[in-house]
Amino acid sequence: MNATLLFVQALNGLQFGILLFLIAAGLTLVFGVMDFINLAHGVQYMVGAYLGATLAAWTGSFWLGLLLTLPATLGFGLLLEFLVFRHFYDRDHLSQVLATFGVILFLNEGVRVVFGTAPLQMPMPELLSGGVTVMDGLLYPTYRIAILAVGLATAGLLWFLVERTRAGMLVRAGASNAPMVSALGVDIRRLFMLVFGFGAMLAGFAGALATPILSVEPGMGDTPLILAFVVIVIGGIGSIRGAFLGALLVGLVETLGRGLMPDLMRLVMDPSAARQTGAALASMLVYIVMAAILTFRPAGLFPARR
Amino acid sequence: MRWRETAVPLAIFLALAAAPFLGFGQGHSLTLLARAMIFGMAAISLSLIVGGAGLISLGHAAMLGVGAYAVVVLDHARITEAWMVIPIAIAASAAFAAVTGAIAIRTSGVHFIMITLAFGQMAFFATSSLAIYGGDDGYTLYSRTELFGSRALEGRLFFHFTCLALLILCWGLVQALLLSRFGRVLRAISENETRARAVGFEPYRYRLVAYAIAGAIGGLAGVLLANGTEFVAPAYLTWQRSGDLLFMVILGGTAGPHGALMGALAFILIEEWLAHLTEHWRLIFGPLLILCVYFLRGGIAGLPRRG
Amino acid sequence: MAFQDNPGFARRTLLAGSGAAVLAAPAIAQSAPIKIGLVVTATGPAASLGTHLRDGWLLGMRHLDTKIGGRRVETLVIDDELRPDVAVTKVRAALERDKVDFIVGVVFSNILGAIIRPVTDAGTFLISTNAGPSTLAGRGCSPYFFTTSYNNDQVHSVMGQVAQDSNYRRVFVMTPNYQAGRDAVAGFKSKFQGTVVDEVYVPLTQLDFSAELARIASLRPDAIFTFMPGGLGVNLVKQYRQAGLATIPFLSTFTVDEATLPAQGEAALGFYAAASWAPNMDNPANQAFVRDFEGVYNYVPATYAAQSYDAARLLDSAVKKVGGNLTDKNALRAAIAAADFRSVRGPFRFGINQYPVQDFWQLQVARRPDGRFQTETVRKVLSANIDPWAPECRMPVRI
Repeated sequence: MNATLLFVQALNGLQFGILLFLIAAGLTLVFGVMDFINLAHGVQYMVGAYLGATLAAWTGSFWLGLLLTLPATLGFGLLLEFLVFRHFYDRDHLSQVLATFGVILFLNEGVRVVFGTAPLQMPMPELLSGGVTVMDGLLYPTYRIAILAVGLATAGLLWFLVERTRAGMLVRAGASNAPMVSALGVDIRRLFMLVFGFGAMLAGFAGALATPILSVEPGMGDTPLILAFVVIVIGGIGSIRGAFLGALLVGLVETLGRGLMPDLMRLVMDPSAARQTGAALASMLVYIVMAAILTFRPAGLFPARR
Repeated sequence: MRWRETAVPLAIFLALAAAPFLGFGQGHSLTLLARAMIFGMAAISLSLIVGGAGLISLGHAAMLGVGAYAVVVLDHARITEAWMVIPIAIAASAAFAAVTGAIAIRTSGVHFIMITLAFGQMAFFATSSLAIYGGDDGYTLYSRTELFGSRALEGRLFFHFTCLALLILCWGLVQALLLSRFGRVLRAISENETRARAVGFEPYRYRLVAYAIAGAIGGLAGVLLANGTEFVAPAYLTWQRSGDLLFMVILGGTAGPHGALMGALAFILIEEWLAHLTEHWRLIFGPLLILCVYFLRGGIAGLPRRG
Repeated sequence: MAFQDNPGFARRTLLAGSGAAVLAAPAIAQSAPIKIGLVVTATGPAASLGTHLRDGWLLGMRHLDTKIGGRRVETLVIDDELRPDVAVTKVRAALERDKVDFIVGVVFSNILGAIIRPVTDAGTFLISTNAGPSTLAGRGCSPYFFTTSYNNDQVHSVMGQVAQDSNYRRVFVMTPNYQAGRDAVAGFKSKFQGTVVDEVYVPLTQLDFSAELARIASLRPDAIFTFMPGGLGVNLVKQYRQAGLATIPFLSTFTVDEATLPAQGEAALGFYAAASWAPNMDNPANQAFVRDFEGVYNYVPATYAAQSYDAARLLDSAVKKVGGNLTDKNALRAAIAAADFRSVRGPFRFGINQYPVQDFWQLQVARRPDGRFQTETVRKVLSANIDPWAPECRMPVRI
């Protein structure tokens, strides 16, 4: 592997990490602020993708579709919050895991009933359909650069909202001591509802953003959900900074691991066995990294300040 | 209250024993009942961790998977004698549980959920890449495990009662464990770790032993699952399957193994019944799950008490 | 969803009222309906394949006036949920409670592997309309098992032949890291004699292919060969095109077909596939099939649909041959093996292992005048091809 290829792979890893961050940010926010495990975050991402694809087809414009997805997924998140989630805020994690598992079953089946079983199409927006040549014969799609930019901007915006605004201060305060905040006259339920809706919107936005690259199909949220959980656990639950760095780490490990593992294995075994063992190890690598990190730092790399 | 913990399971065991003679004797009914009993066993083992030790595992399907794949590996090596297969499978799953548990139990709460999920996923990917055992396509067992060289387990009725006997055995074992000094310490730890520690109990060791025992029972359930379906595939190890198992435990109630038993039976039968009603049965099953979790705080086992 | 739009098809009629007594006397049995258990995957990301398979069968039923060999048919749709243990439970119930006469369908080989024993042990014929694993083609062949599809190895070897015939010297190979993926590589290599510059195995849950795409670009092969079914293929095709690699010929199996093309669209234009059938095949049976399929279901059928449609015609011809009498298993088996029907793919017969002996084509993705995408035949690559496992099959003469 030469230096250019390594650089491109690292870039790929970062970019995949950013996509994961967009999914994980909402999850860690809800988790950290409300101490609520939301397995349904993955299906909210899926709903975002479906809404994005449908709205884009409907309006005839990717951008309008993406824009409309924001209020649509916000509304959808608030609806879910009203119907299901708010009844489980004060329950134990186990109940939350199972209730949100029920939401997964329902929504995965729901999109199949509403949109059919065939994957949906989402063409690349005209404006970003080009690419930059990063190495001979390989274009780096403009759209992926845009995702990088959007992800970084979202990270900055979130940091600003949580650390520098009054709402963010309340959210942080609510996270560490909810009764105290509500004693100060803040409607904590409403605050939670808003955080939840915001988290759902972030997931939906990530889903809509991913549609030109990834397949839009029922169950598409399951894999990103697991990866997003890995991200926030590695990063430290509830911490935006942790989610960001955790996502980059997972993205890099995933991408570089797939490229390097077979080569590493080749040092100790014959080529065909090395390829398969390497590939098997590469798919387990993020979990191995996570287990290792939790072994030495049970609260993750950057636990949220309490 | 104590009587219910034994009376309800006894009634269930009697019903299961009588079922083949009360119009549920056809092969497919027995297949369904065997499936229910096998998952009952798995749920009971999981309840030892969840209810007993207060640890929520989202990777329990891997225990069944290790047990089931032990059958496959031995079958491939032409070892099909139950007195070889069962101890090896149990040892393998107990060892898997002990090794992964040794790492996982260092964490707690959400982190424990996630790390068990991670180990479950590793097991899933590992079995998917086992080329000689069919990889993702799975492995068809052309004969069931043999008992002293006889093919008695091929008989549906014999298999039914084998499952029932082992189910009773597992239930008795877990029930006895929870009532023993070991079980009381385990609960004391999950209720108040600091106090337990102050009294001089080392939580880590107790939890690890409980986790390994749960793994062993899960492995036994895996052996039966492999024999019941005569087929083993990585699909048995998905995290969704672990979620199903967890739901069985909660549906029944975490107060003891009788809850898990009821939960598993109810889960399998409701699933079967709903799948008959409509192709889109998950549209009903999902909300039903949510409502169960919301309203049945003590699970089915706690039902009459709520009044 | 086309399914619900057509109330003509009774859905799950049998499952609801399954307690009905079954009359055993042959004379009465012949007037009783023939029950078919149609095993499809209707859950999860792969459900679209199940939809194709089911609709193909149902169109066959529609064309046959819901009768095979003159006897009325009741189709019982069984969702395997892509969970082998669930499939076993449901199929056993269909065999023993609903007393189905045939099991048809099955998208995935892991489901087939799980249900093959219960079905054949019960002395019931299983007509697979998609899964055609090597195990059942060779040593594990069974007199009760037929398939109207192919053995996967054949399809992959077509692409190996294509690469060979196109004088590609250096080919990059990429498949998912599971058994079918490794079989794909082996099948490809069985005909391709050039250099495989790299073999890459990716996890089944892969989302982002940019690492592999960079590797391809750095190696600059003459072509790539890939087998990426379902959503994996949608992701790969989109990202391959976006990375500007489309100048490198894209040879694939089960990666670009009518089940994934609605999602891949333009990104897949010009990419190559291999199969024994394509929607544009020029024979009357196929033209009627494709026209009516699109008329009823409003989408372009894929191989899954075509093979299921063929299974309906196949069973019709067989039941006709035995005069509606299903009790003589040997006669019925001979009647099925005769394959006396017009397949939508043209010439069709069964080999010794009861897998089809058929032609294989190189296909290319094209846009039709109506804006829809489909695969179209480029050229015939293998003629009357017998799968490589058939010689290992020791098929009993009588059941």
